[in-house]
Amino acid sequence: MAFSGLDIYKLLPKTNCRECGLVTCLAFAMQLAKKAASIDKCPYLSTEAKKALEESALAPIKLITIGTGNSKLEVGNETVLFRHEEKFHHPCGLGFIIEDSLGDSEIKERLDKINKLVFERVGQELKVNLVAVRQTGDKEKFIRATELVFNNTQLGLVLMSEETEALKEALIKVRERKPLIYHATLENMAVVSKLAQEFQCPLVATALDLDKLSSLTRELNSQGVGELVLDVGATSLKDKIWDLTQIRRRALKKSDRSLGYPTLSIIENEDPYEETMEAATCIAKYANIVLIKGIEPAEVLSLLTLRQNIYTDPQKPLQIEPKLYPVGKAGDKSPVLVTTNFSLTYYTVLGEVEASKIPSFIISVDTEGMSVLTGWAAEKFTPEKITDSINKAGLAEVVSHKRLIIPGYVAVMSGDLEDKSGWQVVVGPKEAAGIPSFLKNL
Amino acid sequence: MLEKWTGEVSVINIGATKEEGGSRRQVIKVGGQATLPFLSGEGVLANKPVVAFEVWDIAPSDWPAGLAKAYADVFSDPLAWAEKCVKEYKAGLICLRLQGAHPEFGNKTPDEEAKLVGELLKKVDVPLIILGCGDDAKDNLVLPVCCQAAKNERCLVGSAAQDNYKTLSVAVLADGHNIIAESPIDINIAKQLNILISDMGLALDHIVINPTIGALGYGLEYAYSIMERARLAALAGDKTVACPFICFVGQESWRAKEAKASEQEFPCWGPESERGVIWEAVTATALIQAGADILVMRHPQAIEKVNKYIDELMKG
Ligand code: SF4
Repeated sequence: MAFSGLDIYKLLPKTNCRECGLVTCLAFAMQLAKKAASIDKCPYLSTEAKKALEESALAPIKLITIGTGNSKLEVGNETVLFRHEEKFHHPCGLGFIIEDSLGDSEIKERLDKINKLVFERVGQELKVNLVAVRQTGDKEKFIRATELVFNNTQLGLVLMSEETEALKEALIKVRERKPLIYHATLENMAVVSKLAQEFQCPLVATALDLDKLSSLTRELNSQGVGELVLDVGATSLKDKIWDLTQIRRRALKKSDRSLGYPTLSIIENEDPYEETMEAATCIAKYANIVLIKGIEPAEVLSLLTLRQNIYTDPQKPLQIEPKLYPVGKAGDKSPVLVTTNFSLTYYTVLGEVEASKIPSFIISVDTEGMSVLTGWAAEKFTPEKITDSINKAGLAEVVSHKRLIIPGYVAVMSGDLEDKSGWQVVVGPKEAAGIPSFLKNL
Repeated sequence: MLEKWTGEVSVINIGATKEEGGSRRQVIKVGGQATLPFLSGEGVLANKPVVAFEVWDIAPSDWPAGLAKAYADVFSDPLAWAEKCVKEYKAGLICLRLQGAHPEFGNKTPDEEAKLVGELLKKVDVPLIILGCGDDAKDNLVLPVCCQAAKNERCLVGSAAQDNYKTLSVAVLADGHNIIAESPIDINIAKQLNILISDMGLALDHIVINPTIGALGYGLEYAYSIMERARLAALAGDKTVACPFICFVGQESWRAKEAKASEQEFPCWGPESERGVIWEAVTATALIQAGADILVMRHPQAIEKVNKYIDELMKG
């Protein structure tokens, strides 16, 4: 169980010596409770207090790091079953399986395409994370493919082989990338766990049911291997949902440490649509790493977008930069629509303006990501704020008229806004869906 | 680890057979789940999610080419369109949108629309969802006569909203249909509206919630979480939100830039022919995982994939 600030305070020296950088022990305790400070900052903690704090600070689902540097992937450390309860913390990693049976040029071509899978949406960069090399034949081919992948992408690596000797040789070549090793099973555990230790790399633990998986991770733990990722093998999608849900529930609600690790789902479906839908299901339902084969941009874009949606903090809505946006070939006679900088509001308005095919300007006002009505109620979407935005954007120089269209829901501010801004205010429709016909009849 | 749920989603019957006074070939049942989506090891999943094909009374002007193409031969003939869905694409449920009644899109009269509903019921024998045009005043004239034209066929008719539910509730109740209650991604409004409608005499097991979704990338997560919250409340025993969900997946996903924009515009997004279908299918996938019961969709290929997906998940 996590400690509250007061629980922690009871364990501190209470001398207020300030060496931790905070004014009082209580302040330090509060920072610790928020996980905003580290316990080593206080040099006067007793050993018992330190141990108690460290244990309480252990996340119920361990954070695991794969790869290094810029392309490092961190997964795990999740705290809830449903995103509305808090949020999902570490976006699920998306990776691509490349089989070593492909020719060199084909592998390179694929990597080339994978490296280009970077998209921008709502001001965020969406990236893929991993390339998994899978052994299908002899060892030499696998090593060769691994090196090829290592040399042709910066992404994190997964080494997939049933042959421990092959894993070892591949690890020697690519250890600096801190790849994920696939995999330890109840059968090969003794040998593979040594590899994980020797090379200091995270390891996938695979067992066909959760009880076996739980004994496997306990075994691995007792051999000193704790950087684990869980896999329940090739099962139907329905079983995947069941297992992923069970693992998350048992880790969070039963504090089952043996299942307190991130999970891996491998999608084996040759139909690109079905593959995408299965991967999407796993992204929504608790998989922390999803491996697919398809590398088509449409497929990947849709999965990365879903990941972005699911992992958005429900308390912190996505925002766009508050500024003046031209839509289509907007000119000095084009209408100007006022809205907020809440990304959903903005993109809804944008969609309708585009649909109207009437070149326009949208000015998004900084409402700290609130929608029209919430922003108005919280005084973030006010005549003053709108006037400010108009001036900042130099709107008077961009258009030759002086007309603003405001959302129908805030019609009440018309008079005030006219006074403050000196612009004439036209009340638009309440719902964005009314925009096209509104603009056409303007 | 099994959760002990005390409530379940109510069951709605759409369509009435001859024995029941209608003329549909079968009744489509939705709802009845006693656990979260597809956790059949934990509770009963009485009925599977279903997909309805969307058919318009006028040729839609804003469907992107890649989508419109699928219906090019029947686009301006709603009867042929519905028949194509049933015969060629094996549709089990049709959702007729009376867009042409809108004052700005043809302004068809209530009688014209009622006549269309009557003819459509003769042309195809699958259960029917009937949607108004979105203009409250007009819908209040059109939908009651359409309800009458489909009397005893036990359709699903929409939409009722917090500030406009009375007229439709009365009509739906009188002619033996079910109602769609629309609430703007707000669980409390959904609850309130359900209570208001049931106070009019239409029982909770005749109400389907439209939580108003956003497409993938366009606010999907809001509806996703509202649906999860409502479903958790339903499973915990709150009957006022224990209604099945209807999600207008086609309408939302085909408005997304990612579904419509051409490859020339965004070369790094790949061909739009696949992109639009994927966008619709993935939007549906996520909402199915949040608890969607009825998905109103557009592209036949996306629908085929979603149906197969549902069948896989309901196996065994
Ligand atoms: S360093 Fe330790 S003892 Fe000193 S004020 Fe901070 S918490 Fe208290």
